[in-house]
Amino acid sequence: MRTSSTSRSRQRSRHTARAAVAGAVACAALITGCGSDGGSDQAGDDGKITLRIGTFGSFGYDNTTGAKLYAEYEKAHPDIKIVESNVADGQKYWDTLKLRLSRNSGLADIQALEVGYVAEATGPAMADKWVDLGTTGGSEIGAFLDWKVKQATTPDGKIIGLGTDIGPMAICYNKDLFAKAKLPTDRAAVAALWQGDWAKFLETGKTYQKNAPAGTAFHDSASGLFNAVVSSEPVQYANTKGELDYENSPGVKKAWDTAVAAAQSGITAKLRQFDEKGTWNAAFKNSKFATVACPSWMTGIIKDQAGAANQGKWDIAAPPVAGNWGGSFLAVPKSGKHAKEAAELAAWLTAPAQHAKVFGVNGNIPSTKHTLTSAVVQDAKLPYFGDTPVGRIYSQAAAGITPAPISRWDGQVKTFLTDNGILDIEQRGTDPAKAWENVKKLVEDKIEQ
Amino acid sequence: MATSLRAAADGSPPPAPPSPAPGAPGPPTSSWRSRLYRWDLRLSPYAYVAPFFLTFAAFGLFPLIYTGWLSLHRVELGGDAQWRGLDNYTALADSEFFWNALANTFTIGVVSTVPQLLMALGLAHLLNYKLRGRGFFRVAVLAPYATSIAAATLVFAQLFNTDYGLINTVLGWVGFDPVDWESSRWPAQIAISTIVTWRWTGYNALIYLAAMQAVPQDLYEAAALDGASRWRQFLSVTIPSIRPTILFTIVVSTIGATQLFGEPMIFGGSLGVSGGSGNQFQTLSLLMYEKGWVTGALGQASAIAWVMLLLLLLIGAVRLLLARVNRKKLGA
Repeated sequence: MRTSSTSRSRQRSRHTARAAVAGAVACAALITGCGSDGGSDQAGDDGKITLRIGTFGSFGYDNTTGAKLYAEYEKAHPDIKIVESNVADGQKYWDTLKLRLSRNSGLADIQALEVGYVAEATGPAMADKWVDLGTTGGSEIGAFLDWKVKQATTPDGKIIGLGTDIGPMAICYNKDLFAKAKLPTDRAAVAALWQGDWAKFLETGKTYQKNAPAGTAFHDSASGLFNAVVSSEPVQYANTKGELDYENSPGVKKAWDTAVAAAQSGITAKLRQFDEKGTWNAAFKNSKFATVACPSWMTGIIKDQAGAANQGKWDIAAPPVAGNWGGSFLAVPKSGKHAKEAAELAAWLTAPAQHAKVFGVNGNIPSTKHTLTSAVVQDAKLPYFGDTPVGRIYSQAAAGITPAPISRWDGQVKTFLTDNGILDIEQRGTDPAKAWENVKKLVEDKIEQ
Repeated sequence: MATSLRAAADGSPPPAPPSPAPGAPGPPTSSWRSRLYRWDLRLSPYAYVAPFFLTFAAFGLFPLIYTGWLSLHRVELGGDAQWRGLDNYTALADSEFFWNALANTFTIGVVSTVPQLLMALGLAHLLNYKLRGRGFFRVAVLAPYATSIAAATLVFAQLFNTDYGLINTVLGWVGFDPVDWESSRWPAQIAISTIVTWRWTGYNALIYLAAMQAVPQDLYEAAALDGASRWRQFLSVTIPSIRPTILFTIVVSTIGATQLFGEPMIFGGSLGVSGGSGNQFQTLSLLMYEKGWVTGALGQASAIAWVMLLLLLLIGAVRLLLARVNRKKLGA
């Protein structure tokens, strides 16, 4: 009896061993499925907790070129280690994040969210996957701009993201090219050229083009102009209920008409912004265009792409109409092992004091009320732009922002309208009516499944 | 080889029987050992081939079946599947994006495959001559194939850059207007086909060369005696002799062209997934990728995958048919 039972148990243990081996093999084979990224979540041998933070573009937190916020936090919390993983392309970042969220695997403890996708993140498919940061404490929700908080709030009142920066918009212009085209170069006079109306901006473009140096254009891209105009409209892709309704939106129509007019009158350089091939970047370097719609985060891009050779040539003027283009949030996925610590870190990173530090280094315009009006922001200047009162221009633009309702498809529809519709008109001379039909077909084909 | 193996397996008796003669209480162990030996003989081949079939089942068969199942459902990335029957397929038939991608796949396939195979034939013919440094040329011809798609495409994307590219600069010297290599349909497709052709010509040339070297030298000598020129010999001796090889390369290239993905994706830069602003070079694979990972419609992406599979099976069937005709023609 005894022996047989032991032999059976041995047999069974052999079975389990075999199963374990098979499992391990399967796991090794399906690396992605087994969440190999999860390894660093565990407390290390020195008892430290590693918090991972996933970002895209430039958040200005890191210890090398940023405001060294991680080092500061780690010093105050000796048991915590912070690791950032950054993806340059925001769309690719979001696609990956969506995939990982759907499987609850490979997620960082804190994930950054761009405003174009925050409605999808608060939508029915994803809302439950995030920690409600309104209840975890450590963050003063009232300090944020009210509309910023609203954007990251789910229909049932959970706050899934804490605001980082916002994207108040101005127009950056190349003084050299303006002078050559016999236009004023003083930023107040430049702003006066187009104040209050995007149509005036187009007129300025035509005037520029008459006297412009050969091979240059007034504006970088019609799709950039589209984004700028739509960002300054109270109604964008969604109706007041947050449903996608771009077809009937006056804001989209105005932006479309303006961009089409710009494309057809030949005042644009026919580029695609953020093109991976670097043609847009090269055009900065070679001064191929005189203006670019300039949300606050764009100043860093101009500095990097136009380079030291063009330092002092660029200036910033108030836009025809104030708008907000971009801005982000920090969110904490529920499935993380250290959700509590992650929520604390997210709250600290987005607190007004840290907003000010990041702004000082990276120029990201803060999304907290008090910081926006503080002297740090108001008196700020960027060396690359000479004596331009960058902080004042952008905080004034921020004050004029009327936030529009957003739908979960905004990011996608915007891509179709700009990358397919407008770029098609601009680069291939497609008839605008046909291009609009094409966008509608794309939306039907790709969004409504 | 096979017969000798089988003879050993069936014919030779287990080696144990001769030994138990001395009457030792050996039988139980020896029969155990012989049984083990027989099992070993019978089962180990399966064990040896198992890794392939297990891997195939995990990475080939399962995805295939699962994709088929997905293609009959409405699946949003991260959501639950809902039964949809054949709707995904009928939707494809109604979608002009699908037909556009199919047409692009076809035109890019033709523009890349035809010149590629013709050039490969010519190259192989030249390499088949006795020339100095033959080994070097043969390796050189294969170098593009060894280059990664991403690296090659990045370089070509720079060459074809509309504003700063070398090709437009050279065209400018000769007096042509710059060509819009990215946003116009045909130039973009030709540029992509160029990358494909550049990568695969040498590979096909080596296959042809191998086939050409198997052509009996007597045939050439006889042809030369009859007064046939080199060109005549190429047409009347070489080509008919390597016809099965040509058929093989045509099929392989067609399959490759149907699955074209990396080149247009990287060539298009940020617009690669949609194949340019007006989908002017979106292939079936790109459409599938866009459906699956950008818009998250996994069911529709799966349907495209299955349509591609059916297309490839169709090509395979045509090949079989042609091969049979060819065999008849050769009188084999």
